[in-house]
Amino acid sequence: MTNSIGELEKDAKCIFVIGSNTTENHPVIGMKIKKNVLYNGAKLIVADPRRIDLASIADVYMPHLPGSDVALFNAMMNVIISEGLADENFIAEHTEGYEAMAEVVKKYTPEYAEPITGVPAEKIRQAARIYAESDAAAICYAMGITQHRNGTDNVKSACNLAMLTGNIGRPGTGVDPLRGQNNVQGACDMGGLPTVFTAYQAVTNDAAREKFEKAWGVPLPGHAGTVLTEVINKAHHGDVRALYVLGENPMMSDPDLEHVEEALEKIDFVVVQDIFMSETARFADVVLPGASFAEKDGTFSNTERRVQRVRKAVSPPGQARSDWEIICDLATRMGYPMSYANSEEIFEELRTLTPSYAGMTYQRMEGGGLQWPCPTEVHPGTPFLHKDGNFSRGLGAFTAIDHIDPGEMPDQEYPIRLSTGRSLYHYHTGTMTRRASALNEHVPAAELEINAGQAAEMGIKDGELVKISTRRGSLKMKAKVTDKIARGVAFTTFHFTETPANVLTSAEFLDPVAKIPEYKVSAARIDKLSAEEMTG
Amino acid sequence: MITLTINGREVQTPRGSTILEACQRNGISIPTLCYDPDLRLAGSCRMCVVEVKGRPLYAASCVTPAESNMIIETDSEGIVAARKVILELLAARHHFNCQVCEKNANCTFQDYCYQYGIKESRYEYGHGAIYEITDPNPFLERDYNKCIMCTRCVRACEEITVARAINVKNRGHEAKISTAFDGNLADSPCVFCGQCVMVCPTGALTSRVSAGMGRSYEVDKVLTTCTYCGTGCTFELNVKDDRVVGVTSDRTIVGSPVNKGALCVKGRFGWDFIHANDRLTTPLIKENGEFREASWDEALDLVAQRLGEIKTEHGPDSMAMFTSARVTNEENYLAQKFTRAVLGTNNVDHCARL
Ligand code: SF4
Ligand code: SF4
Ligand code: SF4
Repeated sequence: MTNSIGELEKDAKCIFVIGSNTTENHPVIGMKIKKNVLYNGAKLIVADPRRIDLASIADVYMPHLPGSDVALFNAMMNVIISEGLADENFIAEHTEGYEAMAEVVKKYTPEYAEPITGVPAEKIRQAARIYAESDAAAICYAMGITQHRNGTDNVKSACNLAMLTGNIGRPGTGVDPLRGQNNVQGACDMGGLPTVFTAYQAVTNDAAREKFEKAWGVPLPGHAGTVLTEVINKAHHGDVRALYVLGENPMMSDPDLEHVEEALEKIDFVVVQDIFMSETARFADVVLPGASFAEKDGTFSNTERRVQRVRKAVSPPGQARSDWEIICDLATRMGYPMSYANSEEIFEELRTLTPSYAGMTYQRMEGGGLQWPCPTEVHPGTPFLHKDGNFSRGLGAFTAIDHIDPGEMPDQEYPIRLSTGRSLYHYHTGTMTRRASALNEHVPAAELEINAGQAAEMGIKDGELVKISTRRGSLKMKAKVTDKIARGVAFTTFHFTETPANVLTSAEFLDPVAKIPEYKVSAARIDKLSAEEMTG
Repeated sequence: MITLTINGREVQTPRGSTILEACQRNGISIPTLCYDPDLRLAGSCRMCVVEVKGRPLYAASCVTPAESNMIIETDSEGIVAARKVILELLAARHHFNCQVCEKNANCTFQDYCYQYGIKESRYEYGHGAIYEITDPNPFLERDYNKCIMCTRCVRACEEITVARAINVKNRGHEAKISTAFDGNLADSPCVFCGQCVMVCPTGALTSRVSAGMGRSYEVDKVLTTCTYCGTGCTFELNVKDDRVVGVTSDRTIVGSPVNKGALCVKGRFGWDFIHANDRLTTPLIKENGEFREASWDEALDLVAQRLGEIKTEHGPDSMAMFTSARVTNEENYLAQKFTRAVLGTNNVDHCARL
C-alpha cells in the first residue's frame, strides 16, 4: 500500500474498491471502510462482478465483467478529462506521459465501455465524478485486479487514475493493493523473488550483487531466475531437477493442477518443508516438519509495510523445528555454515543489507511496529509514500493502456466466465483453516455461485449438485443460486481439497510482466446433473 | 487544563474531558460496566455515579463533563449505597454459576459484586436460567441469563465491525439482546468476529472454541501477529501447559496498532489448527513410494547429498526454491540467501501472485 490502513477509516473521503472483496478477504480493513462510509460520510465506489457486502453501502456499484478493468478505468478517466475534473497542477508538476495516456483514453467514452464492462454508462460517469471531486480519494484493490493476463496493466491503470486526480502522496489518498497473505509483503521485501535481493535490489545490478557477495562471502549468479509459474513449465520439460518447497502448496494454489502434478512427478528430487502433509508434500522425496507461527520468533510485514513481531508462544510438536533452523542446518551440511542464536540475529544481519529496513530493531518494533522505508535508527517509519507527489523515480509516469480481452473469452461451448477467490471463513489452500475446527464446521465445502436468473433457465435449484467444467477439467459442487453475481459469471473458492478449483484454471495466460495466472477468468460451462450423477 | 477537587485532592484535567476521564488521568478508579473507551457513550448502567457538590442528583461520570472548580466525591457512603442498589438490580437478572463460568475471575461484574459485597439480591424475581442457550454456531456462546444489558456488544457490533447484527429487544425486565427477528446469528448479518465477546463485561458472551480449556488466571498471554491475511492484526495467544487455548485482544494502540483489538473470525476463532493431530512431527523420507520416519540427521544429510549431486550434474539453475508468504521475514531472508549463496541460483520465488 502507498498509504496506511488507518487512513481508510478517517482520512479518505472517497474509497474506490475494485477487485477486492474486502470484508471477506481483509475483514478488519473492510470494517474500517464501512465505518468511514457509514459514520464519517466517506463516499464509496465498488466495482466487482459479485455484489459483495460493501456494494450494499456503496454510492455507486458497478458490476463489471471479469477482465474488463482497464476499460472501466479508462472510461472513468475519459469522463474526468472531458469534464475538466483532472488535477492539472499535479499532472504538470509531478507526472510525465500524460498526452499519450489521454490519447488512448479518448475513445473510451462510457458508451464505448458499456458493452465491454457490462456497466451502464451513467454509472461510470457518476463514479468518475465522485472519485475526481473528492478531496482525498483512495483506491483499494486485490487479486481481482492482478489475477489477469493483463494484471500489470490493471494496476498501472489504477495508478493513472490516481495521478490524473492528484490522489497520491497525502493522507487518505493513494493506490492500495491489499496483500492476500500475512507475509506476502515481507517475502517480497526479503528478496523471495527471482529478480531481486532484499529491498528490491536487482540481482543484475553489479553494485548490488557485489554488496551481497561481500556480505555472504561467495560469488553470486548475475542473471535473473525463473518465476514460480515458469518453474512448473520448465519442470515439465525436464529442466528442473530439484525443487525445495518451503510452506507453499502449489498442488492447490497453482493454476491447472493436472499440469502441476505432472511437473512435480518429473522433478528428480522434491523437498517439502511444511506443518502439514499438504497436497504438495505427498509428491516430496523428503518432508521436513516446520513450526507454525505460534511456535517461533520473527517478524511479519503487513500490507501497509508495517513490520511487526511474531512471538513464540508454545513449542513445536514432536521434532518439528523453526524453518530458519532447518535452513541453517542444511546450509551448514552443504558446506556453507549458517549459524544464528535466534531470529533477532538474522534480522540484525538482514537490516544491514536492506536499506528500507535498516533503521528497524526488535527493540524499536515493540512500540507498535515500524513501516518501511525506515532507513535509520532515528527514522520514525513511513505511513504513506510519495509525500507531496514526490515519486521515488522523479516524475510519476502515466501509462497508455488499451483494453484486451481475457485469454479465454466465453464461447458457445464454455459460455460462463468463472472466477476463483476466497471465503471469509477460510484461507488460501485451507491447510490451516480446514483444520481450525470452528471454521471448518461452519463452512465445510465449496459452493459454486450462479446468477439466479441463469440458474432458473437451466433448472438449477439452490443447493443442488452441479458440474462445472473448463477446458482443463471439471468438478462437482453445490450450486449457490444468488442474485449477487452478474449474469454470465460464476464464482467458487479454492480452499477445499475435495474440490480443488485450480483443476479448472488455466496456466496458459500469464501476465507478461508479473507472470500472474488468469484466475479471475476461465471460460466455463455449468451442467445440471441427472439423478444418477448426483448420487454418484 | 482545568482544576477540580476529587476526594479532597486538587487535580488537573484537559478542558472537555468527562469526570470519568479526569479520575482515570489522576489514578482514581471508578467502576464502570457500560462504558467502553472505544465506543459511543451509553451512560446507562450508572455504576460510575459520583457526587458533585451542589448538584441534587448523582452524576454518571462517564457522560458528565468535568468543570473548573467542581468538588467531587467518588466513594462517599451515598455513592457506595447507590452502586450496591445498581448491582443488586443487575444481579436479579444474572444467573450466577461462577464456578463453571468461562469468565470466572475475569469478569468485571463478578469483581464489582465481590468488591461491593453483593451476595444476594433483594430484587430477585425468581429465576435462574430462563433463556435457552441454543444459538447453533461453532464460534460463540450466547447465554443471556448472564447478560446485564450494558449494550457494549451492540455498540461494538455496530461501531467496530459495522455488522449491525444485534440490538436491544423489549424494555425493562424483558429487555434482551437479539438479532433482528430473534433468530440465530448465522441467519443474521453476523460475521462471527467476536468483537462482542471482546467487550462483554460478563460471561454472557464467550468463545466456544476455548470453552473448558483454561481459566484466565491459568494462561500466559503472548502478543503476536496473525498468520492469515495481510492486514497484520495483532492479538494475544493464550497459553496453558505449552498449548494455545485461546485468543484475546490487546486493545492498546501500542500492542495493536493496526486493529486496536478488533479481529475477524479467522484471527479470533481459527487458531486450533496449531495443535491439530495430523501436524508433521518428524522428518519423512519416501522409499518405494511410501513415507517412513527419519531422524533429522538422516533426512538433512540426504537432502544435502542429493542437492549437491544435482548441482554438480545439472548445474545450479536446474534447482529452484519456493519460499513462502507465510513464514517470517527472517526465514524468507535465509531462504533466498540459501538459494543464491548455497544452491547458486536466483530461482527463488513464492506465491505472491497466487
Ligand atoms: S460476532 Fe461480531 S458480527 Fe457477530 S454479533 Fe458479535 S460483534 Fe456482531
Ligand atoms: S451480552 Fe454482554 S455485552 Fe452484551 S449487553 Fe449483555 S452483558 Fe453487555
Ligand atoms: S484477524 Fe482477520 S483481518 Fe486480522 S490479520 Fe487475521 S485474518 Fe486478517
